[in-house]
Amino acid sequence: MSDAPILQVKDLKKHFLLRKGLFGGVSGRVHAVDGVSFDIGAAETLGLVGESGCGKSTVGRTVLRLLNPTAGTIHVHGTDISTMGARALRPLRRQMQIIFQDPFSSLDPRMKAGDIVGELLSVHNVGDTRSDRRARVAELFSHVGLREDQMNSYPHEFSGGQRQRLGIARALSLNPEIIICDEPVSALDVSIQAQVINLLADLQAEFGLSYLFIAHDLAVVEHIAHRVAVMYLGRIVEFAEKHELFSNAQHPYTESLLDAVPVPDPTIKHTRRRLQGDVPNPIDRPSGCHFHTRCPYAEERCRVEEPILKEVAPGHLAACHLK
Amino acid sequence: METNSQSPEVVLDVDNLTTEFQTPEGLGRAVDGLSFNINKGETLGIVGESGCGKSITALSILRLVPSPPGNIAGGSVRLGNRDLMQISEREMRDVRGNDISMIFQEPMTSLNPVLTLGYQITETLRRHEGLAKHEATARAIEMLALVQIPAPERRVKEFPHQLSGGMRQRAMIAMALSCNPRVLIADEPTTALDVTVQAQVLDLIKDLQERLGTAVILITHDLGVVAETAQRVIVMYAGRKVEEAPVESLFANPQHPYTRGLLASVPRLGATTGAHSSDSRPARLAEISGIVPPLTEIPSGCAFAPRCKQATEKCTAAQPPLEETEHPGHRVACWHTDKVAV
Repeated sequence: MSDAPILQVKDLKKHFLLRKGLFGGVSGRVHAVDGVSFDIGAAETLGLVGESGCGKSTVGRTVLRLLNPTAGTIHVHGTDISTMGARALRPLRRQMQIIFQDPFSSLDPRMKAGDIVGELLSVHNVGDTRSDRRARVAELFSHVGLREDQMNSYPHEFSGGQRQRLGIARALSLNPEIIICDEPVSALDVSIQAQVINLLADLQAEFGLSYLFIAHDLAVVEHIAHRVAVMYLGRIVEFAEKHELFSNAQHPYTESLLDAVPVPDPTIKHTRRRLQGDVPNPIDRPSGCHFHTRCPYAEERCRVEEPILKEVAPGHLAACHLK
Repeated sequence: METNSQSPEVVLDVDNLTTEFQTPEGLGRAVDGLSFNINKGETLGIVGESGCGKSITALSILRLVPSPPGNIAGGSVRLGNRDLMQISEREMRDVRGNDISMIFQEPMTSLNPVLTLGYQITETLRRHEGLAKHEATARAIEMLALVQIPAPERRVKEFPHQLSGGMRQRAMIAMALSCNPRVLIADEPTTALDVTVQAQVLDLIKDLQERLGTAVILITHDLGVVAETAQRVIVMYAGRKVEEAPVESLFANPQHPYTRGLLASVPRLGATTGAHSSDSRPARLAEISGIVPPLTEIPSGCAFAPRCKQATEKCTAAQPPLEETEHPGHRVACWHTDKVAV
């Protein structure tokens, strides 16, 4: 992990323009991602957590250039891909793949499982013959714990967990170095969730994969990630190595997120400070610290001045005036 | 506690409920001889994976199972001195939303997008309590205030899309509780919500339950939610009850291999903190191998046997009965509890 990072994201911004009327005049701006920086090393998992609407999925998609960034740079192995043209980008796409949340809507129901997994091989002209590709697909099936004879089945014949395995096999097909996992287990039952998390961990150990693991379930992130970034309204508000973050959260938002997680132990009755209200509208964000409207400790300064992400302990960053 | 002489007041008594579905592959039992009861003011958690029959149980109690293909094949659901399975559809309509009401997982799809919140809340009030329009509206505003929706006078005139997910779920709760039901069935009420909002909604349900004395059936797959909210828990697998216990006893001494598997497969917050250095591989989560069998292929013996590490010939041969354990009120359906309990 100490080597040069595989992925380096700096000051990434993605704003969506809201248009209105016949001539499409700009009526507003959604600051979905607003100045996010992080890096991911080889065989490392970076967890990205936050409530819905905080911009975590947009980060994942922008990093892959499925969305074009408004500003900022994305370096993959030292090459900036943030403004690269589609043709130049194509070979680099092989190094970066994505696994989606919903294994039901992310697989084409009319394609056979083997063709879904092998599609990228044909697109990128990997393997000389059809049978080469077929053999590679069979290998991928066994990597993710599916049977070879299932290559001829259609997605509806698979259970949710198996479909997610198909998604993983497809993402692995081009030997990527980094996989963006966008809520990969949140649609699955706990017993199946455990199977998929273990599979992801095994694949990481076997192939040295790096993951950007986007999730809202903090317990899952704590289990799988090495470092964790907490996002709120388009910005990273806290960033730390896993153990540090979960044992010594500094930002009040992280604190309340951790407090809100239900504990599967009825003997623990914790008294919590409930976070009130919902995430504010990203079109019209609060001034100063975006979190001040819900923060139990907010002071006058928080309403006016924006806090910057600063080091509060070695390797531990937090954006809060009070720390 | 339940074996005590001074028994608490039972509001709903479900006995041997069986619901079947006609599928292209044949007849499948979604709920297979399920029995349980719930007391006034109690929260009963029903847990299990998708496809184990939790939601169909709820729909069967309210007789809302789509028919065909579904059919309530047997059993009784006693509310007070009436058996809901025997009364007419007309009488049943007086029960729904009045004596028993339900909140669903996805508040956007279960609210009508073209009607105002006020209309949707007052609909039940006017139907069941015969209130005039302005009285009903006043009550609706009161209910919205009760579920802590800010500016209820304004919200009452708004449409569902104008509310956030958490607010919609609050509005659903307001609607469900407007007629002061004896039983509230909450089917995955917080699954679609963020943790912070989930915590708010669970607090709200608990708080209202204490004030109104409603019995709550909480259907969820989240063991954390159950641990924090329920007093008693039923674990379901393939349409059957495999374990039933007071919540403390279930988490302290899970008896059924399936329950143990579920508990072990949940990643826990703080489980890894300080345990080992950062770059070591994460510990493996316990898995339950395999998947829930489809309805038409439920094994004849113990339904969990094909996924169970302890399974023996006896398990595939005969279905284990639900038996009392050494812990009071704790019942389990497993042939090998002696082996499991380590």
